Amino acid sequence: MVKTLVFLEHHGDAIQKGSLGVLSKAVQVGGEVAAVVVGAGVRGLAEEAGRYGAATVWVADDPRLEAPLPQTRVDVVAKLVRDEGYDTVLFAQSVLAADIAAGLAARLDAGLNWGLVDFDGTNGKAPQLQDSVIVEAGWSSAVKLGIFRAGSLDPVEGGGSAEVRDAAVELEDFSTLAVMVEQAHAVQQGPSIEDADVIVAGGRGLGEPEKFALAEELAQALGGAVAATRAVVDAGWYPYSAQVGQTGKTVAPKLYVALGISGAIQHKVGMQGSNVIVAINKDPNAPIFEYCDLGVVGDLHAIVPKLAELVRARRS
Amino acid sequence: MKIAVCVKAVPDAASGRRLDPATNRLDRSGELAISEFDTYAVEEALKLKEAAGDGEVVVISMGPEKAMDALRKALAMGADRAVLITDSALEGADLLATARALAGAVAAEAADLVLFGQQSADGGGACLWSAVAERLRRPVISQVSELVNEGGSVTGKRQTEFGYDTIRAPLPAVIAVSDAINTPRYPSLKGIMGAKNKPQGSLDAAATGGAGANGTTVVALGPPPPRGEARKIEDDGSAAEQIVEFLAEQRLI
Repeated sequence: MVKTLVFLEHHGDAIQKGSLGVLSKAVQVGGEVAAVVVGAGVRGLAEEAGRYGAATVWVADDPRLEAPLPQTRVDVVAKLVRDEGYDTVLFAQSVLAADIAAGLAARLDAGLNWGLVDFDGTNGKAPQLQDSVIVEAGWSSAVKLGIFRAGSLDPVEGGGSAEVRDAAVELEDFSTLAVMVEQAHAVQQGPSIEDADVIVAGGRGLGEPEKFALAEELAQALGGAVAATRAVVDAGWYPYSAQVGQTGKTVAPKLYVALGISGAIQHKVGMQGSNVIVAINKDPNAPIFEYCDLGVVGDLHAIVPKLAELVRARRS
Repeated sequence: MKIAVCVKAVPDAASGRRLDPATNRLDRSGELAISEFDTYAVEEALKLKEAAGDGEVVVISMGPEKAMDALRKALAMGADRAVLITDSALEGADLLATARALAGAVAAEAADLVLFGQQSADGGGACLWSAVAERLRRPVISQVSELVNEGGSVTGKRQTEFGYDTIRAPLPAVIAVSDAINTPRYPSLKGIMGAKNKPQGSLDAAATGGAGANGTTVVALGPPPPRGEARKIEDDGSAAEQIVEFLAEQRLI
């Protein structure tokens, strides 16, 4: 029988939706399913995990675990795996989860498969190489580690309740060497892109920060929100709260218009669930043309103002 | 200050990346190039060395013998030395076996700082550094878009899903930098000419502590789920009209 432990990532006082999706998947696969919450003052989160089907929720509650750093979490999860005999540990993709999972792999000599979109208890499915191939991924190690692709699974609330247990916290000397000096507090600006039906996203191809006005004009015409790539957020062109991608938000609108976005994999994972994708880029070889529905090779600075005007005319 | 930069030689983007159905592994028969993301780590190492006034930058990679050609780009940028772990026993190494070999080579160098790029260009899990740090029992900071060396410790600004964290770690440490951290320099002609004469050494698996077992397998390869035929047009002045038509067809406006 599969004995699965799901790592539940939280931010503030909420368990991340992706983690609950993975928990729901584990429950669907069957066997004994437990979850673990790691942090300081996180006991209250355990109950929620029970509603999503975990029979046991381990809580590692310790002031030393307050900062979301990976190495202390490797210590907690590794000890649970060894003491309780879990044979499968599953994560939802995030910056933190990837670092924990890889550290755990080295600690436990356990194989790690990432980018999973499905798992049957024995093997997983993972699209690779820009989704040009689906790999059926297996494990040869005693303990299986897996990271699910962001946004690939929806949480299913079953209404159960979990037995809440305390996880021992024994930290390695090197695990506490990295310390949080200041933790992120992203401020939400403008309408949330996660709930928008239409998103107009801008990348480096806009040329300069002022040209985000083009994305804003088109978004307004279409009644949508504006998003940005990591490159332009890091360059300070647009606020972080609008970032779509691996380290930003995962969105799935009805229409996603990509302006001057090459479409690197870290951007793709954040928006590939969009219903219809339209891309405008001057580089005919941009990767985004491989997964959009309508690709336009051309100068967005000439096309977008005209497009916004035509959309406005049509809608009025 | 001695800085080790772990880099990967990946199939050149121009020649395409595919899995070889005979081995279920990435087809590396064509030209290899240093993964673009790794050039940011090389650049950061060079900047740190220049700021410190002295030190050594060693690029470390694992791959087939011809991967050394790709490492030469890092040498041309200014790295001092290249070490290639190459051994048929390591062919098809997964995260576990790769981390073991790299950690072995890095430990032998006794570097103060170990740098990685933010991901490989050919579909990696963006987490190898964490497995290497675990094997080395050193602190790790990933997704770093700003790095400050304070002598004895480093402070990194890490981008996560929630914004920017600031994290400090004492040296020796393992850091994965993002592509926002700098603009990698182009190798100068002098750098390219000089690269051939810089020290380039090879290690076999035994020299890194022996080839470790993989923890994962590729059971089978399948075609991707079909997606509707993509339409691609070149703007001839009517692109805006064509987009509106398309959106209307899709009932989006």
